[in-house]
Amino acid sequence: MTVDRLMIEAVAAHPLFRDLPAAEQRAIAECTGETVFEDGAMLMRQGDQAEHFYLILYGMVALELHVPGRAPLVVETLGKDEVVGWSWLVPPYDAQFDARAVGMVRVLAIDAACLREKMARDHTLGFVFYQRFLPVIADRLHAARVQLMDIYSHPADYAEAPSAGKKRGKGKR
Amino acid sequence: MTADPMIPMPFRVVRQRHELRNVVTLTLEPEAGGRFSFQPGQFNMLYHFGMGEVPISVSGDPAKRRLRHTIRSVGAVTHALTRLRKGDGVGVRGPFGAPWPLAEAEGRDVVLAAGGLGMAPLRPVLYAVMARRERYGRVTLYYGARSPADILYRKQLERWGKRRGIDVRITVDKATPAWRGHVGVVTRLMSREHFAAGNTIAMLCGPEVMMRFSAQTLNRLGVSDGRIYLSMERNMQCGIGLCGHCQLGPTFICRDGPVYRLDEVLPLMKVRGL
Ligand SMILES: Cc1cc2nc3c(=O)[nH]c(=O)nc-3n(C[C@H](O)[C@H](O)[C@H](O)COP(=O)(O)OP(=O)(O)OC[C@H]3O[C@@H](n4cnc5c(N)ncnc54)[C@H](O)[C@@H]3O)c2cc1C
Ligand code: FES
Repeated sequence: MTVDRLMIEAVAAHPLFRDLPAAEQRAIAECTGETVFEDGAMLMRQGDQAEHFYLILYGMVALELHVPGRAPLVVETLGKDEVVGWSWLVPPYDAQFDARAVGMVRVLAIDAACLREKMARDHTLGFVFYQRFLPVIADRLHAARVQLMDIYSHPADYAEAPSAGKKRGKGKR
Repeated sequence: MTADPMIPMPFRVVRQRHELRNVVTLTLEPEAGGRFSFQPGQFNMLYHFGMGEVPISVSGDPAKRRLRHTIRSVGAVTHALTRLRKGDGVGVRGPFGAPWPLAEAEGRDVVLAAGGLGMAPLRPVLYAVMARRERYGRVTLYYGARSPADILYRKQLERWGKRRGIDVRITVDKATPAWRGHVGVVTRLMSREHFAAGNTIAMLCGPEVMMRFSAQTLNRLGVSDGRIYLSMERNMQCGIGLCGHCQLGPTFICRDGPVYRLDEVLPLMKVRGL
């Protein structure tokens, strides 16, 4: 398969793939294209087949959840060098979130079917891919849990309303 | 500083500014005139006549004559303080405590990580850095708040981010439809690209759990415990190392803190897992 030299360089420059052997970088580049999304454009839609996943080169992407009758809920935003989407790795490959461009966004778009096929044929490629993807997923899962913890709140938010007695000297935030 | 550190100096409220729900900033002037000097990171004991006394960090510009405190109403005394109006009196003892390491930060990149109201004790650092911007490398503020309505000093920070050579990165846990900024915990903003890890001083302020996660992330990005500072809070009474109320292991927060180097307090923090 012919592949653009610039695309190989773009893949090789990404932190996720930087230290991969050239053959693997080339294999990934064969499934990769560069795309621009205008402000508000959808990179993927909840429930649709995840045909691509993306590596952000520039801009910000919002992951949104839809609940009928409510405004979309932005659960997380992703920025430069981050990965958008891993549903393409998990059958039945349905996107779990909407992903929307916030401002102009430039990405490397990786064709999921193309890469899955290569990974099925070349288990070394499959292994290095999972090796890189799993920490990203673990990291994001951890962040999502911390986000649920409401870490900026004051303990008083969860305490009984305080009484208005007189006192001198104490201090907690 | 008061002649007798146990006797509050009389100050008068010259301005009361509503910041957020339950949060106000008081601008104070000494009744006796003159200026109030402090170093970023220090706190005062604010005495509400008739209600009581609480420690509150100074949140204003160290170069300015007037004193500023940003106070969140959480209980009896803070509630009374947030209800003070222009012309009301308030007692001030201070400034107390160890400041942020601004001298050590000179010649280095500076990372500030604030969570919630933790932005208030860090604002004087930003004023001081902007006044002598050339002395510091890249300066990045990571600020996490619950929602857009909980972002303290929002307009001012956005202005500073555009014009004052500070990289201001704000994120919220829960976005509103109008919010076009970052969503996610504050640690998700942190990146190796924003600072030279080997030559960075980091200052963290917020709830302990937030500081814990921030320190862990900074460690992972290459900033060592010896270069990370944080501001600790505990109950206080005297504010000058006499009563023992604010004891943290072998130290007293009012005297040896509130700003500590992470490796000094790591074993003493309440939060598991640090
Ligand atoms: C060095 C230092 C600097 C500070 N700087 C600021 C500042 O700049 N701005 C500011 O608003 N506050 C600051 N604080 C916190 C402030 O001192 C307290 O909010 C204040 O003492 C509360 O007093 P109160 O009488 O209003 O409330 P309290 O009646 O003492 O407490 C109100 C309620 O909050 C709960 N609560 C308060 N703190 C805790 C805690 N740590 N753990 C569990 N529950 C708690 C109590 O259960 C109670 O129900 C600082 C504290 C310290 C030690
Ligand atoms: S408050 Fe009394 S020793 Fe610190």
